[in-house]
Amino acid sequence: MINPYLPLEAEVVERIQETPSIVTLRLRLTDPDARHRFYCAPGQFNMLYLYGVGEVPISIKSGPQSFLDQTLLLDHTIRAVGRVTRALVKLEPGAKLGVRGPYGRGWPLNQAQGKDVHIITGGLGCAPAVSVVHELMRQRSRYGRISVVQGVKHADDLIWRDQYEHWAKQPDTQVLLAADQANASWRWHTGMVTGLLDQLHLDTERSLAMLCGPEPMMRASAERLIELGLRPEQIWLSMERNMQCAIGHCGHCQFGAAFVCKDGPVFNYPAVRELLGTRGF
Amino acid sequence: METPDFLPIERLQSLIDTLIDDGFRCVAPQVRDGAILYETLDSVKQLPKGIAQEQSNGRYRLQDTDSPRNFAWANGPQAIKPLTFAPREELWYGELKSDGSLKFYQAPTETEPVAVLGVRACDLAALALQDQHFQSTFPDPYYAARRKRLLLIAVHCTHSAATCFCHSTGDGPEAQSGYDLSLYETDLGYFVTAGSLAGEMLLHRLPLEPGDAALFAAARSETRQAAESQQCQLPQGDLQTLLFGNLNHPQWEAVAERCLSCGNCTQVCPTCFCHSENEVPSISGQSTTHERQWDSCFSPGHSYIHGITLRKETASRYRQWLTHKFGSWHEQYGRSGCVGCGRCISWCPVGIDPTEELAIICKDGTGDSA
Ligand SMILES: Cc1cc2nc3c(=O)[nH]c(=O)nc-3n(C[C@H](O)[C@H](O)[C@H](O)COP(=O)(O)OP(=O)(O)OC[C@H]3O[C@@H](n4cnc5c(N)ncnc54)[C@H](O)[C@@H]3O)c2cc1C
Ligand code: SF4
Ligand code: SF4
Ligand code: FES
Repeated sequence: MINPYLPLEAEVVERIQETPSIVTLRLRLTDPDARHRFYCAPGQFNMLYLYGVGEVPISIKSGPQSFLDQTLLLDHTIRAVGRVTRALVKLEPGAKLGVRGPYGRGWPLNQAQGKDVHIITGGLGCAPAVSVVHELMRQRSRYGRISVVQGVKHADDLIWRDQYEHWAKQPDTQVLLAADQANASWRWHTGMVTGLLDQLHLDTERSLAMLCGPEPMMRASAERLIELGLRPEQIWLSMERNMQCAIGHCGHCQFGAAFVCKDGPVFNYPAVRELLGTRGF
Repeated sequence: METPDFLPIERLQSLIDTLIDDGFRCVAPQVRDGAILYETLDSVKQLPKGIAQEQSNGRYRLQDTDSPRNFAWANGPQAIKPLTFAPREELWYGELKSDGSLKFYQAPTETEPVAVLGVRACDLAALALQDQHFQSTFPDPYYAARRKRLLLIAVHCTHSAATCFCHSTGDGPEAQSGYDLSLYETDLGYFVTAGSLAGEMLLHRLPLEPGDAALFAAARSETRQAAESQQCQLPQGDLQTLLFGNLNHPQWEAVAERCLSCGNCTQVCPTCFCHSENEVPSISGQSTTHERQWDSCFSPGHSYIHGITLRKETASRYRQWLTHKFGSWHEQYGRSGCVGCGRCISWCPVGIDPTEELAIICKDGTGDSA
């Protein structure tokens, strides 16, 4: 019987300091067989295990393409917030850690084919979103218009600025950025991300929205999109809950009847709409 | 039902001996510190002979009687859950090698065969639920190994406690399935039926006699009387819809005024599966153990995500427990997560009875009252 709890060893190949508290670790599984077997879809996550400290769920930023072309690096962008993540972001190239995954259900890419896709994110919500944008760009002809709407608290928090500028130059692609607090070099919207939604080129018939970020932001954005004409079924969002096991056993990630780790983290909005508005779930 | 064969009470030891001869560790109910617990046993003398029970809200007492019976009580604080889902266990251990590499090793799984004598109908139903939980999408090797080694000998209940409501959940007092062997207890001995091939083979090796039809009819009717004697009841209706339609009911606050958020209810519940994982590094730093341990939706850490505890107030924790156990379980596992054992009522230090809370919260049946 395979043991779903056992991590695989991985090595830090590269460490990228994105902001003072955000680091991207590029990981390679050390076992070549495991590397060949590994495949994941945008929106899925891994459990990263730091020796002697513990395990945390972190989204996989690399798209499926990196697995197909055998570069096989697992990119994880980690914000240092607590015990495990503070120690994880200190790892230097060559350091070893544990990885198990991928887990969960990712974004509905099949349903998105032939449609306009709007990706709306807040804060570090950008990691799972970036993986899906990469994938959309890789298979650009399969999709209609693409918009990327990213909100940050402070302008200094925006990472991957070049990436956004690059996407903005692509055909049929709209990039909208917002910062609650701007700085001198900020030339986009100042305020909440929901304030940008009116600017979307929204063809309500053939659109799909993918949301990730803090829950109040996702909720406000989803409700605004509905006001703008989207049906709830056209909206998808990525949830976070405490996770211990990632395999549906520990019970911590439950959200109503859903286990976020295996039924999510990406949910169709109607499945979570009611509870999302209720404190304590 | 045909009259099963009969094991006279003075031959009960032969069942235990056969099991031990076959290499089983025999686990059976015994009195420990004023409660009935399932522990290793090799003699019928260790069984709770003549013990009667009084259970009510927040209360559990044993009494001696001169009954010749060994199973004339309902249950104890701990179901058989610890035999499959251990309260604390090692999942794997890791080693840090001198070259900086990491090695991970699966913790050994338990394989020692265990026969449990005296399993209750509610606990068999709970076990079936735990099987679904731990052995579906990602089969849990530790649970599976412990589960596979179990031989289960049920004893149908004849003495429900005042806290029992397995009749209204449809899980007892007569065990329906999930056992290898089942016993109907009478003053004179046991009617024995098999529920599996292993049980069948065991049955044929016991010194049984042809059973008396009238005595068997009386034994079965005792289980029916036990059902009728039950005072608590699970409210009828679609509890999932009713509970989720009443998330702002004032009763959540009312129950929170009494509830201590101690989590006793979840610790004694035979279906609760929540656990947390933690890391226990060795002092030398060269190795580390990754463990899991029972956790409760009443603990502050249960709903923690970086810097926020989603369920800070007792009302939201109690609501999580009730909406899950009696509500979302239906969607997750096709039935209620409650098997009516009543343990959470007896072992709640302030005597909260979830069936009473449910009756209030789900009463009007029309959705949100707030
Ligand atoms: C599906 C999913 C994807 C995620 N993707 C990313 C990502 O790409 N980048 C990133 O920086 N963060 C991500 N997170 C959040 C990240 O898991 C938490 O920040 C991290 O667990 C905090 O651990 P800590 O020990 O440093 O913090 P502490 O505050 O010390 O937390 C202690 C423990 O609580 C649990 N915990 C705390 N916060 C969370 C949380 N938000 N989600 C789940 N468990 C938590 C963990 O078991 C953690 O070890 C994701 C969370 C989920 C559920
Ligand atoms: S909720 Fe209470 S009565 Fe129901 S199975 Fe759990 S402990 Fe027993
Ligand atoms: S209901 Fe009773 S047993 Fe459960 S947490 Fe509250 S006080 Fe403790
Ligand atoms: S993280 Fe353990 S059940 Fe989902």
